[in-house]
Amino acid sequence: MPLWLDLTIRIVAVLAAFLVLPLIVGQAEHKVMAHMQGRLGPMYAGGFHGWAQLVADGVKFVQKEEVVPRGADRPVFQLVPAIALLPYLLVLLVIPLGPGDLVGQHLDIGLFFVLAVLSVPVMGVLMAAWSSANKYSLLGGVRGGAQLLGYELPFVLAAASVAMAAGTLSLPGIVEAWEPWWLLWQLPALLVFFIAGLAEIKRPPLDTPIADTELVFGYKTEYTGLRFAFLMLSEYVGIVVVAALTTVLFLGGWQGPFGLDDQLGWLWTLLKIAAVCFVIIWMRVTFPRLRVDQLQRLCWLVLVPVALGQLVLTAAVRLVVM
Amino acid sequence: MTVADILLLALGAVAVGAALLVVTTAHVVRAGLYLVLTLGAVAGMYLVLAAELVAWVQVLIYVGAVVVLLLFAVMLTRAPIGASADLDRPAGPAMLIGGGAGLGLAALFIDAYRWTAVEFGEPGRVGVLGEEIFGNWVLPFEVLSVLLLAALIGAIIVSRPDIGARNGKVPH
Repeated sequence: MPLWLDLTIRIVAVLAAFLVLPLIVGQAEHKVMAHMQGRLGPMYAGGFHGWAQLVADGVKFVQKEEVVPRGADRPVFQLVPAIALLPYLLVLLVIPLGPGDLVGQHLDIGLFFVLAVLSVPVMGVLMAAWSSANKYSLLGGVRGGAQLLGYELPFVLAAASVAMAAGTLSLPGIVEAWEPWWLLWQLPALLVFFIAGLAEIKRPPLDTPIADTELVFGYKTEYTGLRFAFLMLSEYVGIVVVAALTTVLFLGGWQGPFGLDDQLGWLWTLLKIAAVCFVIIWMRVTFPRLRVDQLQRLCWLVLVPVALGQLVLTAAVRLVVM
Repeated sequence: MTVADILLLALGAVAVGAALLVVTTAHVVRAGLYLVLTLGAVAGMYLVLAAELVAWVQVLIYVGAVVVLLLFAVMLTRAPIGASADLDRPAGPAMLIGGGAGLGLAALFIDAYRWTAVEFGEPGRVGVLGEEIFGNWVLPFEVLSVLLLAALIGAIIVSRPDIGARNGKVPH
């Protein structure tokens, strides 16, 4: 296969995943939340159980008027959705779907690349908060900045633990090194990574920057129409990215039960991602939002010490076993 | 000229242009955002020079942490939307120092390398870097960590008035 064709196929595949998976997660959230609360959720759009609800939402957003507040810093305000979305697209590029060549791009430092790129969305939050010229936006943005910077620490430490265990920073390399007993040994890191991931994408119960009952809609308050749709899309891509990273780092990625990993690896990966996405939705329905101080307390007094302890444990086990 | 040359020139132009905007713009927060652009363009230059790890370290530390903290601090104090009239200071001494240092360094580099072609090493693989840092360069690495420790302790003392420097008053 010529290089350009290979490259085109990879980019198109990653773009397709970037556009389709978040919609599936969004629809699943509608239905799962509804059934957990004894409702039916969307039932009309598209006919069968409202499967086209998000398409209908998209059409609605396209028709809406684009409003920029008079006091806003217009170019900065309008740039934000791109900055919120692009990092997640870049991350999807290096997440392996299956063994061998089923990955957008092999990177020797894949994990480091992911962590570096995932530190960019906080820029978008601060830009949106400041440029909106709105008190609620600014409050949400300052909360968001504090939250994202704080939770980056346990996020990185937990990821470092698994990289240390596998002895590589390459994401396919980590999946290859993974063995089922890691589920027990790396469990604290898994929990820390998952919770910090939730905070990084500002999902309930860790959504104080948005907090619709306190801050209208936080830093997203002033956005309308297509730009608002893109901000929402970035939230759902974020769910997919955090679920995919949890899968790849801690749940063994493409490794499955029947020894058919070469053929069925992609299916195992997708199933595991779907399961983690379900848990993320489930947590939103189950837990009330944490207060700002509780949120910081959880980060600095629980997650960071646990992650540091896990690092010590990982180093000790590595020294003894390998 | 190769593609790498053109990319380097373009990224360099972006970096220098954005850096000029950082110091000339009258919008406080936008200056910080232009700084992101400068640092991002420099990261892009590292990528072109096949120093992947350095490029992503640049993104993680400068874009993701340093500038974010800077913006965060500006927003907590005073960051009006629109131009501020009182941002400028007398520019003479700063131009003298900045321009002198920049020109001096540029002259030094140009004189040192002239037109010698430099071979690229292996693309920055993590294993090699790890061995270098913890083998040949372990002393500077440790000294740097002491510097960070000093900064941390300083931050704690500044932010905690109850354990801070004694100024004659009894803490509440």
